[in-house]
Amino acid sequence: MSTGTRDYVEELRDMDNSRIGLYAVLLFGIVFYLFPVETAVMTMFKTQGEFARTLPFAPPSGDGFTLSALATAWNTLRPGLLNSLLMAIPATIMSALLGSLTAYGLTTISWRGQVGVVVLIIAGIFIPYQAVLVPLAQFWYQILPGLLNGFVNTVFGFVTGGNWTYPSRNGYVQLMQLSITHAAYGIPICTLLFRSYYQAISDEMIEAARLDGASAFSIYRNIILPLSLPMFAVTLIYQFTQVYNDLLFALVLVNEPAAQVATQRLAALTGGVVQSFNTTMAGAIVAAFPTLLVYIVFGEQFAKGVAGEN
Amino acid sequence: MREILSRLRAAGGGLRSAISRDESNGDQLATDGGTTVTTAGDDTLRKSLPVEWELVESAPFWLPPVLLAGFFVYGAIAWNFLLSLTDYNGLGGATYANFDFSMYARMLNDGAFWHAAQNTVVLLVVFTVLCLALGLLVAILIDQNIRFENSFRTIYLLPMSLSFVVTATMWAWVYNARSGVFNQLIRLFNLEGLLVGLLRPAGVNAEVIQWLSWNTTALAAVIFALIWQFSGYAMVVFLAGLRAIPQAHYEAARVDGATTVRMYMRVIIPQLRASAVSASVVLMVFALKAFDFIYALRGSQPGANMDILATMMYRVAFDSLQWAYGSAIAIVLFVLALLVIGPYLYSEYRRGEL
Repeated sequence: MSTGTRDYVEELRDMDNSRIGLYAVLLFGIVFYLFPVETAVMTMFKTQGEFARTLPFAPPSGDGFTLSALATAWNTLRPGLLNSLLMAIPATIMSALLGSLTAYGLTTISWRGQVGVVVLIIAGIFIPYQAVLVPLAQFWYQILPGLLNGFVNTVFGFVTGGNWTYPSRNGYVQLMQLSITHAAYGIPICTLLFRSYYQAISDEMIEAARLDGASAFSIYRNIILPLSLPMFAVTLIYQFTQVYNDLLFALVLVNEPAAQVATQRLAALTGGVVQSFNTTMAGAIVAAFPTLLVYIVFGEQFAKGVAGEN
Repeated sequence: MREILSRLRAAGGGLRSAISRDESNGDQLATDGGTTVTTAGDDTLRKSLPVEWELVESAPFWLPPVLLAGFFVYGAIAWNFLLSLTDYNGLGGATYANFDFSMYARMLNDGAFWHAAQNTVVLLVVFTVLCLALGLLVAILIDQNIRFENSFRTIYLLPMSLSFVVTATMWAWVYNARSGVFNQLIRLFNLEGLLVGLLRPAGVNAEVIQWLSWNTTALAAVIFALIWQFSGYAMVVFLAGLRAIPQAHYEAARVDGATTVRMYMRVIIPQLRASAVSASVVLMVFALKAFDFIYALRGSQPGANMDILATMMYRVAFDSLQWAYGSAIAIVLFVLALLVIGPYLYSEYRRGEL
C-alpha cells in the first residue's frame, strides 16, 4: 500500500464512520493484547507502597520510582538466563538440522510406505508431554546412569578402578540432558515445517540432478540446503521460543539449583509467599526479554512458524 | 543453475557414494575416479534390489532422527503404559511385576480425578471455541485493507511468543484481589458490590473478588488468560485462509447486493473450514498442555477448581511419588489427545494432504 501524502489525505477524506469504527476496534485490540505487559512494565519500576496505592497501568510517580525491584529480579534470574541459553541454543540447532534431514528423506525422495512414517512424526507433535514424563525421569536418572556405569567400569575398569559413577548431580550434565530431550521432541515439528516447504520445491530441478547421477547427499548439500535457508530462519526462531519458554521438562530433569533455567527461577520467584509484585513483574520482563527480542526482530518468521506455512 | 548441475554431474559417482569435495577451490573428486558407470547401469542395480532403492537411499537422512524422536516419543509412551500397569511408587527403581489395571480402577473412585477430568474437558472446549471466534473476528477486521496491518498483527500475536510462566506471572497480578487491574477498575466504576454479590460462592465472606480462588471464577479466569495468549494464533491461521479466497467471491457477493455481514456469513466463513479445523486441533492440544500456566500461577496444588489432568499427573507422580498412578493419568491424557488428533490426521490422509 502506498504511503504517499496525497493518498493519505484522500484516505482521510474518504474515511466514513464505519472505517473510524474499525480503527477504534483495532486500537481496543491493542489495549486488550498489551495491557498485562504494560502493567508489568509499569509495576516493575514502582516501590512496594507505590504499586499497592496506584493504578497498575499508571506510570510510577516521583518518589514511587525505583530500580531496586529490577535489580533484585535480575540478580535472581541471571544464572537462569545463562543456563536457558546454554540449553536452548544447541537444542534448537539440533532439532532444526535433524528436522531438515528428515523432511528431505521423507519428501524429496519418495518411496512406498512413507506416509506411515509421516503420520507417526506428525502425531508426535501433538502428544501431551505428561505421557512421557515418568519414563524420561527413569531414563535419565536410573537407566542411562546404570548402563553407563556398567559400560565404563567394565571397558575402562583399569583406569577407573570400577568406581566411576555417572555425574547425575552435575549441573552441566543435567542441562545437557534437558537439551537433548528438547532436541528430540523438537524433531517432529521441525520436520513438519521443512516438509511443507520442500513439497513446494519443484521436482524438475531435483529430477535433472538425479538423472545426472547426483547422489542423494549431494542433492541435499547443493540444492536443498541452500534453498532451505529462509525456512531455517523460521524454524530456528520458532523452536528457540518453544524450548526457551518451556517449564515442564526443566522441572522434571533439572534439580540442581545452580542449573535451573530462567522459567524455573521465575516460577520460584512468583510462587514465593510474600507477593512483591514489583519484583515478580520485573522477573517476568527479564525472563521474557530474550524471546521478546527475537519476536520483535523476527516477528514475520515467528508468524510463519506458528502458522506452519512457508 | 547450470553450474550446480555440472558440479553434480562431476561429483555423482555411479555408486552414488557420498562425494568428497574440496571446498576451497570447488574442485570435484569423484570417489571412484573417472566413473564409467552410466545411469542405465544404475537403473539395473535398482531393479535387482529386493527393497525399493529410494527407501535405501533416503534412510540415512530420516532414519536416525526418526529413531531418536521415536525412542523419546513412542518408546516413552509404551514404557509409560507399562509403568501404569505396575504398582511402582516411592523412591528407588521400578519393579516390573504384578501387571494389572488397578491404577485405572483407582481413578474411577478418585474424586480428584473426576474434578480434574471435568475441568480439562471444560477448558478444552470453551477455550477452543472462544479462541476460534475471537481469532476469526480479529482476522476479518485485519483483512479490511487497513493501514499498519503488520503492526496490528505483530502486536496481537505477541502474547504467544511469551512463556506460560511469564504470562502466568503477569496475570497473577492482573487478577490480584487487592490491587490488581480488574478489581481496581471495578472499584473505580463502583461495580464491586454488584459483582461480588453475583460471583461470590455460597459460604464465602470476602468483600473483594478472589478471581483465582473462588470456584465460580477460577477456571474462567484461566480460560480468559489463555484466550488472551492464543487468539492471536487463531487470527494468523484464519488470515492465511482469508487470503486464499479469490477476490471474485467477494465481488460476486457484492454484486448480488449482499450486506457485509451476510457476505461473510454465507460466502466467506464457510470457506474457512479447513483453517478452523487445523487451528482447533492445535488449540485443543495447547489446552491439554496448559500445565505450565497453572503451575506457575498456583503451584502443583491449584485446588479442585483449577486442577486439570496435566497438573494432577505431575502432582501425583513427582510430589507424591506415586509413579504408577501418575503414569495411568498420563495415559488418559494421551488418549484424549489421540481422540483429538486421530480423526484429524485420518481426514488429512484421506484428502491426500499428508
